[in-house]
Amino acid sequence: MIELNLAQALNGALDTALSSDDRVVLLGEDIGRTGGVFRITDGLRDKYGTDRVIDTPVAESAIVGAAFGMAIAGMRPVAELQFLGFSYPAYDQVINHVARIRNRSNHRFTAPLVIRIPYGGGIGAAEHHSESTEAIYAHIPGIKVVVPSTPRDARGLLLAAIEDPDPVVFLEPIRLYRAIKEDIPEIYRVDIGPVRVERSGDDVTLLSWGAMVKETRQAASVLEEDGISVEVIDIRTLTPLDRDGIVASVEKTGRAVVVHEAPLTGGFAGEIAATIQERCLYCLQAPVQRVTGWDTVFPLKRSEGHYLPSVDQITAAARRTLKE
Amino acid sequence: MSSGQIEPDGNPSMFGLVNSDGSVRDRLPITVEDLRGLYADMVEARTFDDKSMAMQRQGRLATYAPFRGQEAAQIGAAAALQDDDWVAGTYRDAALNWRAGYPWRLLVLGRTGDERGGELPNGVNVLPPSITVGGHMIHAVGLAWAEKLQGNSRIALTSFGDGATSEGDFHEAMNFAAVYATPTVFLCQNNGYAISYPTSEQTKSKTIAAKADGYGMPGMRVDGNDVVGVFVAVREAAHRARKGEGPSLIEAVTYRMGPHTTADDPTRYRDEAESRDWEDRDPLLRIRRLLAKAGGWTEEWQEDLETSASQVIEEAVEWAENVPEPTVEQMVDRVFAKRPRSLTQQLNETGDD
Repeated sequence: MIELNLAQALNGALDTALSSDDRVVLLGEDIGRTGGVFRITDGLRDKYGTDRVIDTPVAESAIVGAAFGMAIAGMRPVAELQFLGFSYPAYDQVINHVARIRNRSNHRFTAPLVIRIPYGGGIGAAEHHSESTEAIYAHIPGIKVVVPSTPRDARGLLLAAIEDPDPVVFLEPIRLYRAIKEDIPEIYRVDIGPVRVERSGDDVTLLSWGAMVKETRQAASVLEEDGISVEVIDIRTLTPLDRDGIVASVEKTGRAVVVHEAPLTGGFAGEIAATIQERCLYCLQAPVQRVTGWDTVFPLKRSEGHYLPSVDQITAAARRTLKE
Repeated sequence: MSSGQIEPDGNPSMFGLVNSDGSVRDRLPITVEDLRGLYADMVEARTFDDKSMAMQRQGRLATYAPFRGQEAAQIGAAAALQDDDWVAGTYRDAALNWRAGYPWRLLVLGRTGDERGGELPNGVNVLPPSITVGGHMIHAVGLAWAEKLQGNSRIALTSFGDGATSEGDFHEAMNFAAVYATPTVFLCQNNGYAISYPTSEQTKSKTIAAKADGYGMPGMRVDGNDVVGVFVAVREAAHRARKGEGPSLIEAVTYRMGPHTTADDPTRYRDEAESRDWEDRDPLLRIRRLLAKAGGWTEEWQEDLETSASQVIEEAVEWAENVPEPTVEQMVDRVFAKRPRSLTQQLNETGDD
């Protein structure tokens, strides 16, 4: 057991992968000399050399496209893109090639690569640095989209992603990188797929992922003080989605609030809410609530407080379901 | 109307060994027997192309992109590779892909609209054709890079058209390949048009080969209708790559004698006189002329070649058209290594009821 924050857990997972599997290489902008903009790859270039931890020119499409070719030729590349808002030049590679080669070749060629991308707001960053556009990745068949919210899941899911036979987009919540520490076992894997029951309860289910799990957890504590029994579900794998895990919880509580910081319209909460009404409409005591970011451009620092869902908004939504 | 290709045959700045009249510019570095082999391959490829066009008109194939006129560029390039080298080409590269090991039957199957056509035999390292323009060039950089990092001698060739050189992806792929000295051969088949847009209008660069200079790699312009010239140029680039000297760009100047695809009408954007002019530079015709002079070609042999090529292609078509219809389970099960439960649920919920 070792106590680590989320950033350290990711660094440790990459270290483990590099030391245990020669096929693993890391590539991305500034990941070598500086250890990446968030220092997630800190120290790995010195330890493994420039053929394993590769600084690249500023070219997101080429980073993902080259990683794709490497994966087909038998390697296990882990590409880093600096921010989700900078990932779109590579979106063509992801949607047209990475996600499709298994299908296009009927399993003859595969692309077991991981694309790590820091995402989300709350740190007062410049424009394009705070986005939460996971839904546009979750809409692509052929890739898996994973979003850890804890140091344990960060380690366990990243190692599972690197070992996965299919491509994984791995979204890292920027504002949780150094927010909490946890004891993590050295040998640790978390299956891609199943949701995690963060807290068990009977009255209402709060569902979230990534950075918003923190506010969701805080909201649950506030509600518990008022005698409300809250179940918190960390979705952690957006696709393939663990619908059974979601339904099992809502069947028990009869109430659901889905929380994400992405805009409302077309957000992934819609998928979850639709699943709940399809699978357990008759167990619902109240309409499913969504607490999300606004249908606006993600604002700059001085308006971030207006934009991001708050603990109060989450508790209010939960109370609405209990009033019905 | 503009002319697609502005460079005349026999341009001294363009490397080539066999002129369109069948005369040679220099001593050929291959035997007559090898040349007969390359010629036979081109005949077989053209037979496939003709058959595919006919089948598309009959509604038996989805949209088809013919390569007529580009056989020398494709067969010459593939012949210069080793059996297990990587090839990442386009929808117009059936001849290249076939010569690199992609069986005709799978090329036909793919064109009937069946993903199983992309399931190449083990050991054949040709990627299924890339349909989007330009996104695949970087794949050949990654493939070659991986081979280099793993200490293997395999190289990767990527084939693309003049149109793809306008994509930003061309820049990124060329730059990455040069920066990491990956064993990659960039083969541009400059066939005069990006659908309707002439090469002469697509760039202010004097040639496409000249662009290599800006990336710090050698660029070579070759007569793309001269199968021997292309073979020699690609063999040299492949040799450089295998020795660890990094990537090269080869611009094979050729001409797309047919339409962009079966959905295109080239009379809307180019003169028939131009197309007729290129007929005399047909890559098959010049080798036939040369072989005839060298006593390596007879009418009888030609007939034999055409008969056996037709037979081979007919067999491939017969096989492909008799592959059982795909099932919904097959569609669902080729997305991931292991079918996720969410897809099983969708399968169960969407099934007949």
